[in-house]
Amino acid sequence: MNPALLGLLTIVIGVGGCVGYFYFSNVFLDKVLFPASGPNASRNINRANKIRPWLFLAPALLALGLYLAYPVFETLRLSFLERLPGGRTQFVGFDNYTRMFAEPKFMEALRNNMLWLIVVPAGSTAFGLLAAQLTDRISWGSVAKSLIFMPMAISFVGAAVIFKLVYETRPEDAQQIGVLNALWLRFDGGIGSFIFLKIVPAILLLGFAAALAWIVWVTIRKIREPRLASGLKIVFALLALLMAYIAVSSVLNAGSVLTAELDYGTPMTWLTIPFWNNFFLMIVLVWIQTGFAMVILSAALRGIPEETIEAAIIDGANPFQIFFSIKVPQIMSTIVVVWTTITIATLKVFDIVFAMTNGQWETQVLANYMYDKLFRANDWGVGSASAMIIMLLVTPILVWNVYNARKEMR
Amino acid sequence: MADLRLKGLRKSYGSAEVIRGVDIDIEDGEFVVFVGPSGCGKSTLLRMIAGLEDITSGTLEIGGKRVNDAQPKERGVAMVFQSYAIFPHMSVRENMAFGLTIAGASKAEKEQKVAEAARILQMEHLLDRRPSQLSGGQRQRVAIGRAITRNPSVFLFDEPLSNLDAALRMDMRMEIGKLHSQLDTTMIYVTHDQVEAMTLADKIVVLKDGEVMQIGSPMELYHNPANLFVAGFLGAPSMNFLQVDVLDVQGEEAKVSNPSLEPIVVKTAGRPIEAGHKATLGVRPQHLRVSETGQLHGNVTLAERLGSETVADLRLDDGSKLIAAFAEDKILDVGQRLSLDFDSDAAHLFPVDG
Repeated sequence: MNPALLGLLTIVIGVGGCVGYFYFSNVFLDKVLFPASGPNASRNINRANKIRPWLFLAPALLALGLYLAYPVFETLRLSFLERLPGGRTQFVGFDNYTRMFAEPKFMEALRNNMLWLIVVPAGSTAFGLLAAQLTDRISWGSVAKSLIFMPMAISFVGAAVIFKLVYETRPEDAQQIGVLNALWLRFDGGIGSFIFLKIVPAILLLGFAAALAWIVWVTIRKIREPRLASGLKIVFALLALLMAYIAVSSVLNAGSVLTAELDYGTPMTWLTIPFWNNFFLMIVLVWIQTGFAMVILSAALRGIPEETIEAAIIDGANPFQIFFSIKVPQIMSTIVVVWTTITIATLKVFDIVFAMTNGQWETQVLANYMYDKLFRANDWGVGSASAMIIMLLVTPILVWNVYNARKEMR
Repeated sequence: MADLRLKGLRKSYGSAEVIRGVDIDIEDGEFVVFVGPSGCGKSTLLRMIAGLEDITSGTLEIGGKRVNDAQPKERGVAMVFQSYAIFPHMSVRENMAFGLTIAGASKAEKEQKVAEAARILQMEHLLDRRPSQLSGGQRQRVAIGRAITRNPSVFLFDEPLSNLDAALRMDMRMEIGKLHSQLDTTMIYVTHDQVEAMTLADKIVVLKDGEVMQIGSPMELYHNPANLFVAGFLGAPSMNFLQVDVLDVQGEEAKVSNPSLEPIVVKTAGRPIEAGHKATLGVRPQHLRVSETGQLHGNVTLAERLGSETVADLRLDDGSKLIAAFAEDKILDVGQRLSLDFDSDAAHLFPVDG
């Protein structure tokens, strides 16, 4: 049969099956099991109403239990086992975990995941917020919004293929089909190159460092406020320290950018440049997630009472002050939900890395590492152990996300 | 401290003109109330003064300076909104100090001004609360406090009491009146509530469809309304309008009558009234008295006893309706026939078209 017809048939059977289940089980409950007639009519109605939610939830609970809950426990079990020849297994305790932590590739994946975790949610949320604010102000805003939202409709693998073409490298004498290389070859070491590849990046880095320094300063001021809980103070202090470190290294990097010797005229294989290739991969996810952040944040921005903004205007606030001290604080809870949602998506990132570099050239991430171990090396133990690590990292963020989303709904 | 001059102010959205040439002079320290039915443009006018709406044409002067194109903060105005518009993420103290924070004031100055405003509004104990912990009246106080700390030359109030319940509204109304006498600053107040207008204003501006109907002190407007609209808008219950035939005009006086009204001579107040034409006679319900020799005759259809006064709905002999308010507790039966008398000096005669 034609696959399209087959698909259609599946949809009909699937949806029909669901509708049929809910309808007929309901009829069975009301007419056969506890009929709302006879001497026990009222008792029967009460009983039927108690059973009904479970009846309707049963298929979902069954499916979630079978495909989500059970695998978690099975994976946990597998992570403590080692396969022996002949299909037997042996309990080895935490051996798989210690072996995994000793592997440089795992540590690389852990480091890269941390990088992804910082850059992608921050980048997507920031760009999304910027897009939401700007598109609300312009006449062709809705067109811009649809364009920015469109990548959401592209699968991760599809997006990865698109960006692989952007980063494509051809021999020096051939026509470059990758946009990035085509742009790169435009630079010849002249004054234009100096401005665009040295001055501008250096200024951007210094600006980034200045912004971070400002945030550090604000955080320190916050820490010195007496009413803050001491637990939060420690978290804030650590964050401030981390940001200060990044700020200092950005300043140092700005210096090295200015003095760097660039290889003008040679096409670059972008995805093989260690460390920086991680960012080339991250851009794909940022590109996809910005649309999501923009849609949610734009709705939140519209929910802000107009009068509070007008009051701020009359009190003399400029557009930046209105944005940062009136609008952003009022949608903070939404920003947190968006941030954590993207964080979870980022922690699970697999397709993009798999399709673009497959973890080579120091771009490994946890999910791809797990896939490598589990299905390529057939090492169930370490594969399951890495899966557990991913779950361990996702769970607290997920809990916080659900907590915030519920708070948002109240 | 500043006076305002509005000269030929106009505002249009595309082809729709919402403010059609408004001229108002507001003296320094005056309490001016813009009043009118919803959609009359009073809020738009206030927002134009605040700088939240562009001025299409005309001039707006504050303190002798043309401020048509000035930013809101350069106009020295502070505004209190109907929905309070306090910032939910800031404490009361931060809310009240917001304008100063934006202006880069020192901590000591902020402390001092917030304390001063809190003292005036008697809300020192609320300063560390969050807006979500406040009642409606307290929120409105915060909004007013935020305006006070900025020490503006003009206060703008946009229906500040509309979201409060009746009892609180009366309290806050008195507070605002007190505030004005304390601060002695120019205040412009928009409302659709004529009681607020009558009690607070030094000067009332009655607006309709983007045009000024009349400007004057509350009593001036009440006793000498310039047209039918102002006559009907101010006073509760509103003025009775009777369609009458003009029998004769002698100088400043006209003799009018209708099937339920015996001929009576009233002043024309210089309005174009012509003999042989129709006219509208306005009589306030409070000016009607029961009298054996009354000129108006009709039957009671409804009587409302309020204790301090009795409001009677009557159907006159020619089928038109009339409301009479007697300043006493009076027992009236439905269907009872009454003859009513009124002082012809207290009646107003208008041409039919206003």
